[in-house]
Amino acid sequence: MLAYILRRIAQSVLVMLVVALVSFALFRFVGDPISSMVGQEATIADRDALREQLGLNDPFLSQFATFVMRAAQGNFGISYRLQEPVMELILSRLPATLELAMVSGVLAFVFGVGFGVYTALRRNGWLSNTIMTVSLVGVSLPTFLIGVLLIWVFAVELQWLPSFGRGNVVMVGDWPTGLLTPSGRASLVLPAITLGLYQMTLIMRLVRAEMLEVLRADYIKFARARGLSNRAVNFGHALKNTMVPVITITGLQLGSIIAFAIITETVFQWPGVGALFINSVRFVDVPVMAAYLMMIALVFVIINLIVDLLYYVVDPRLRVDRAATRH
Amino acid sequence: MTDALLSVRNLRVEFPTRRGVLTAIDDVSFDIMPGEVLGVVGESGAGKSLTGAAIIGLLEPPGRIAGGEILLKGQRIDNLGAEAMRRIRGKRIGMVFQDPLTSLNPLYTVAQQLIETIRTHADISEAEARKRAVALLDRVGIPAAKRRIDDYPHHFSGGMRQRVVIALALCAEPELVIADEPTTALDVSVQSQIIDLIKEICAERGAAVMLITHDMGVIAETADRVAVLYSGRMAEIGPVTQVITAPEHPYTVGLMGSIPTLTQDHARLVAIPGAMPRLNAIPQGCPFNPRCEHAFDRCFAERPEPLRRGDRRRVACWLYDEVSTVEQEKANV
Repeated sequence: MLAYILRRIAQSVLVMLVVALVSFALFRFVGDPISSMVGQEATIADRDALREQLGLNDPFLSQFATFVMRAAQGNFGISYRLQEPVMELILSRLPATLELAMVSGVLAFVFGVGFGVYTALRRNGWLSNTIMTVSLVGVSLPTFLIGVLLIWVFAVELQWLPSFGRGNVVMVGDWPTGLLTPSGRASLVLPAITLGLYQMTLIMRLVRAEMLEVLRADYIKFARARGLSNRAVNFGHALKNTMVPVITITGLQLGSIIAFAIITETVFQWPGVGALFINSVRFVDVPVMAAYLMMIALVFVIINLIVDLLYYVVDPRLRVDRAATRH
Repeated sequence: MTDALLSVRNLRVEFPTRRGVLTAIDDVSFDIMPGEVLGVVGESGAGKSLTGAAIIGLLEPPGRIAGGEILLKGQRIDNLGAEAMRRIRGKRIGMVFQDPLTSLNPLYTVAQQLIETIRTHADISEAEARKRAVALLDRVGIPAAKRRIDDYPHHFSGGMRQRVVIALALCAEPELVIADEPTTALDVSVQSQIIDLIKEICAERGAAVMLITHDMGVIAETADRVAVLYSGRMAEIGPVTQVITAPEHPYTVGLMGSIPTLTQDHARLVAIPGAMPRLNAIPQGCPFNPRCEHAFDRCFAERPEPLRRGDRRRVACWLYDEVSTVEQEKANV
């Protein structure tokens, strides 16, 4: 078990190094950082001095090593555009994104599993068929369109909910949260639905397919033959077996929720890291882009690690600590 | 007649499909007495397992009981509601399935599954249920039951898992155990142990057994009576010694002829020519008529009813209908 965790962590570090290489390459191939940093009047000598000062004339490997060392300490340099440390910029905007991602992730999981189980158990009911049909919309409509449609219906026509921003936030320690104010909660509704809808339909369809498969299994038939109640059979025996693959997908989806927040944040002017990234792209603010890339990669790597460990909790067959088949 | 534990009367199971209704079991009747072991034999697709599933109320949709009745101690159980039937399953009728490797939920320990089942049917504490579970595992021959009970199914071998399955089927002390090919998926060396265990443990608890198998050898050793199914119909039913030593239905005769024996020196085993008809192409008259060497006119026109042969035996074959036999002899002259 411990060896397994160590091996997985080593793999994660390797993945992070590769991503670091890509981020680092951004600096070298996306425009010349010097020209965005100095004014138009700077002489060639000034530029060369700055180049030397920033270490841009060092060999590739030594520059990369410096980059990785600094990144590991959370130092991604200064934003070209805002002239502030990148890490501070990202940290100040991360709570907004994480709150949005968590709320939509939880919504997607709860409703996804709920609808999935319902449609699997009542396979031919009219409500199941309706849910399945509507879920097709969720899978096929692009996120920005859903966001714009929701804004049109609920913010413009019905005027129930705000169409942009995060509302009022209060500080809980160092964490600015919108969950504790009415306007913050109201502002969260539409972006959370927009961001979570696709994931919800995905989880729902997965749960449904897995559950139908599990319900055909012999141990379900045997559980029924033992006279267990429908509830025990469906939720105790079938659902638990369904959850093994669902956990993987949901975990990975949580990563993409954070990554895909870019689009939703843009549509709703949500003050999170996604919006920061889009603005940085517009101004070729390479340090922010690189840091964002590294951050998303880190999120994915960590989630993957957690998912792998969750397997051990859910499925006893994977726990190899005890001797395999004993007679 | 009324003292039968289980009475199946004219059972008919149908599968509605797009191309019409398929009748998988047609007009099957038999009784199981308390404590009796009834063997049910037939080839694959003869309707053995379906009969078991129909009795316990677990036919997979769209399969349905379309006619006849099933009585448990005189009480009809084929038309019970879902909840009433659930109370009978496990509690009064236990079931053992074919494949022990897939019958147990892989995510729960043996203890969890046993205790859950015991507590579903008896209002006792967790600790009490656990005590019973350990005793039961011990009884079905799991060594070190007290320690092994907290293991997961994948820690057990196939034979051991089938013992666990038997413990699960018996944990609410049912009056009838339906064992659906309980040894087919096991090693030959383990098969007889499992059969002996089922027989022993049921005898000691006074539970009747409906043993579904295609192994005539198992039936001969274990069953009191045997029912031979062919194409969803009862071909022959009677005491095991009579049916095996003197089979009457031509299908049973063929079935017995295809079993190797040590005492006789066969050059070749006799096989029954042809195959069992598909459900959508069951011939008119006797379903066995295309493969029967004794078939005559009446077999192609009329379906044979189970004819009483002696006290406890019935055979569905026109050969044993005196009127027709006489006619056939006349025709042959």
